[in-house]
Amino acid sequence: MAGSNALLEIKGLHAGIDGNQILKGIDLEIGPGEIHAIMGRNGSGKTTTANVIMGHPEFEVEKGEVILDGEDLLEMEAWERARAGVFLSFQYPQAVPGLQVGNFLRKSVSSIRGEEAAKGSIFREDLSKAMESLDVPRSFLARYVNDGFSGGEKKRFEILQLMLLKPKLAVLDETDSGLDIDGIRTVSEGINAAIRDSDSGALIITHYSRILEHINPDKVHVLMDGIIVSSGGPELATKLEEQGYEWLQQE
Amino acid sequence: MVENKEAREAVGDYKAGWHDPENSTIRFDFGLSEEVVREISSLKNEPAWMTEIRVKAFHHFMERPMPNWGNTSMLEEIDFDKICYYLRSSDATEKNWEDVPEDIRNTFDKLGIPEAEQKWLSGVTAQYESEAVYHSIRGDLEEQGVIFLDMDSGLREYPEIVKKWFCSVVPLTDNKFSALNTAVWSGGSFIYVPKGIKVEMPVQAYFRINAKNMGQFERTLIIADEGSSIHYVEGCTAPTYSTDSLHSAVVELIALPGAHIRYSTVQNWSSNVYNLVTKRGIAHENATIEWVDGNIGSKLTMKYPAVILKGEGSHAEVISVAYSGEGQHQDAGAKIHHLASNTTSKILSKSISKNGGRGSYRGMVTVSPKAENCKLNVVCDALILDESSRSDTYPTMEVSNPTARCEHEASVSKVSDEQLFYLMSRGHSEEEALAMIVNGFFEPFTRELPMEYAVELNQLMALEMEGSIG
Ligand SMILES: Nc1ncnc2c1ncn2[C@@H]1O[C@H](COP(=O)(O)OP(=O)(O)OP(=O)(O)O)[C@@H](O)[C@H]1O
Ligand SMILES: [Mg+2]
Repeated sequence: MAGSNALLEIKGLHAGIDGNQILKGIDLEIGPGEIHAIMGRNGSGKTTTANVIMGHPEFEVEKGEVILDGEDLLEMEAWERARAGVFLSFQYPQAVPGLQVGNFLRKSVSSIRGEEAAKGSIFREDLSKAMESLDVPRSFLARYVNDGFSGGEKKRFEILQLMLLKPKLAVLDETDSGLDIDGIRTVSEGINAAIRDSDSGALIITHYSRILEHINPDKVHVLMDGIIVSSGGPELATKLEEQGYEWLQQE
Repeated sequence: MVENKEAREAVGDYKAGWHDPENSTIRFDFGLSEEVVREISSLKNEPAWMTEIRVKAFHHFMERPMPNWGNTSMLEEIDFDKICYYLRSSDATEKNWEDVPEDIRNTFDKLGIPEAEQKWLSGVTAQYESEAVYHSIRGDLEEQGVIFLDMDSGLREYPEIVKKWFCSVVPLTDNKFSALNTAVWSGGSFIYVPKGIKVEMPVQAYFRINAKNMGQFERTLIIADEGSSIHYVEGCTAPTYSTDSLHSAVVELIALPGAHIRYSTVQNWSSNVYNLVTKRGIAHENATIEWVDGNIGSKLTMKYPAVILKGEGSHAEVISVAYSGEGQHQDAGAKIHHLASNTTSKILSKSISKNGGRGSYRGMVTVSPKAENCKLNVVCDALILDESSRSDTYPTMEVSNPTARCEHEASVSKVSDEQLFYLMSRGHSEEEALAMIVNGFFEPFTRELPMEYAVELNQLMALEMEGSIG
C-alpha cells in the first residue's frame, strides 16, 4: 500500500455467503480518473464483488483487502463506506413505498456530502441540472423511491443519485441493462461527466460493449468463477461480445 | 423519592414521560360506586336528567361482563378499584394561558400547545386529568356562531342541544367501557358548527394525564349543521409510571346533510395506559365523516372508529396507523354501516409491530338490504419488524345487497435486508434506514395530518427505531 497512489485497491479478496465461497482471490487497482469494466458470465461473481465493496452485511470476507484512498473499507459499515465516497448503482434497485424521491435525495446528499450541500438553493440547482441532463421529469420528485418505476427509470434514477452524491468511487452494476439506446448514451454522458477529469474512479459491470463504446474504459477485466482471468483494453470487450467466453476457458 | 426513580427508569425513550407533582384541588378516593357517580354529577351542578343517565350507565357498566374477545388477559388486569375516577387540579377553565396554574402551564408549554395555537389553530382546549384547564376559540368563529367549549361548559350553557344529541350515537348500553364513560365522564369537547360555516383551520384538544392510577373519561360531542365543515385534532400523552392508568373516552359525531367532519388523533399515551375508546359518527345525506387515527402509545388500545352512513350519498373514511412496541397491543380498526343507497366508504389500516409488540386489525363493514349501489374499499397492511412481533387481521364484511361493490386487500410484509442495504448504501445508518422505511409505510396516513403533526409523528417513529438494531 505504501507509495501506491491508487484510488481503489483490492488484494486477494476472498468472500462468500453462508460458508459458500464466491470470490476466490480478486486483485484490482483503479487509479484516479480511471474507469474500469468488469464482464463475465451470469453467476461469475460480479454483483458479489460490488456488494462486498459496498459492504453488504450478509457477505463474509474471509481474506484480502479493499482500500479506498488509503482507508480500509472492510472495517466500515455500508453507510460509513458511502460517506467515505463509495457509491453503488444497483442491478436491482429497491423500492421504498412512501419515501418521496425529492426528500430521499436531499437526505442522502445531506448525510454523504454534508448539510451545506443539501441546503435549499444549492441543492435545488444541483438537482435541476442533473435531472435535466438525464431527461428525468420533475414529476419524479413527488413519486416514491423506485416504486412502480420502469426498468429504465430505475437505472436513470441510480445515475441521478450518482451525479448528486459525487462519490470517489462509483460501482455500476449492469446500469445499461434495461436502458434504451438513448438512455445508454445519456447515462454514459452522466458517468463521463462525473468521473473523467476528476479524481474519482468507476467500476462498470456490464454484459455489453455498447456502453463501453460511449465510455471507453481504461481497462476491461473478465471475471470467471470468482477470479479475474483476463484483463485488457477496450478491444477485449469487443472480442468477448463477438466470441463469447468459451476461448477464455480453454486458456 | 423511590417513586421518582421508578418513574425515571420506566420513562426510557418516551419523550412525554415526565410528571408534575400532583397538586389536586379535589381528588376522589380510589374505586367506583353509585355514590361516586352522583357526587361527580352534583359537584358539576348538573341537571337531574344527566345525573339519571350517569346512574343508569353506572349500573349497566357493573352488570356488563368484560368483552370476551380481544386481549382478554390484558383486560383482566384492569383493577377498577384502584383507579381514581375524578381529579381536579385547577378550579377553573381559563381563557388565558397566564391564568393557568404554573406547573400545568409548563406542561402544555413543553408539549408545544400554546405555540401551535398561535400558528395554525382555530381554537384549543387543554385537559389535565379530569377537567379542561384552558380553553379558547378565535373571535371571528365565535361571531359566526361556532360553539367550541369543553363538554362541562357545553352542558351548562347549551343544555337543550346536549340533551338532544348526548348518547344519540353511542347509547349508554353500547359497551362496557362506553357505559363507564357515560357514568363518570368529565371534560372533553362540545362543538356546534352552524349551517354553512366552514371552519378553515383545525381546532385542537389536548389530553394530558398526570397523576398515577388516574382514570380519564372525556366526552366529546360534535355537531356539524347542514353544509358546514370542521377539522378536529386531538393529541394525548401521559407520564410513564409502573402502575396503570385508564383512558376511556366516548366521541359522538353528527354530520347533518352535506356537512363534513374530520377527526384526527395522534395518541401517544405512555405504555402504562389502557386506552379503551368508543368513537362513532352518524352521517346524514351527502355528509362526510373521516377518522384519521394514529395509535402510537398505550399498553392496550381497543378502538374502532365507526361511521353510520344513514343518509343517501354519504361518505366515510377511516385511515389509521398503529405502532406496537414491547409490551404493547394495538387492537384497532374500523366499523362502517351502509344503511342508505349510494353511500361510499374507505378503510385504510396500517400497522407496525416491533420488539414483541402485537398489532390487530379488527374491522366490520355492513351493507343493509335496502342500501343500493354502495361502494366499499378496505385495505390493511401490516409491517413486522422482527420475529418476536405479531400481526393479526379480523376483517368482517356483511353485505346484504347484491349491488354493492366491495374491494378488500390485505398484506403482511417484513423489512427486507436488501431494502435496508439500499438505503444504507446512500449514507444512512441502519436505524435511519429503518425509520425511512417505517415512515414511508405510514406516509398514506401522515399526509392526511396537518404538517406540524406529520413532522412530529415522523420524529416520534424515528425515535422508536433508535436502539432497535441488535
Ligand atoms: N445472497 C446470496 N445467497 C446465496 N448465493 C448467492 C447470493 N448472492 C450471490 N450468490 C451466488 O453467488 C454466485 C455469484 O452471484 P453474483 O450475483 O455475484 O453473479 P453475477 O456475476 O452478478 O451474475 P449476473 O450476471 O447474473 O448478474 C452465484 O452462483 C449466486 O447464486
Ligand atoms: Mg449481477
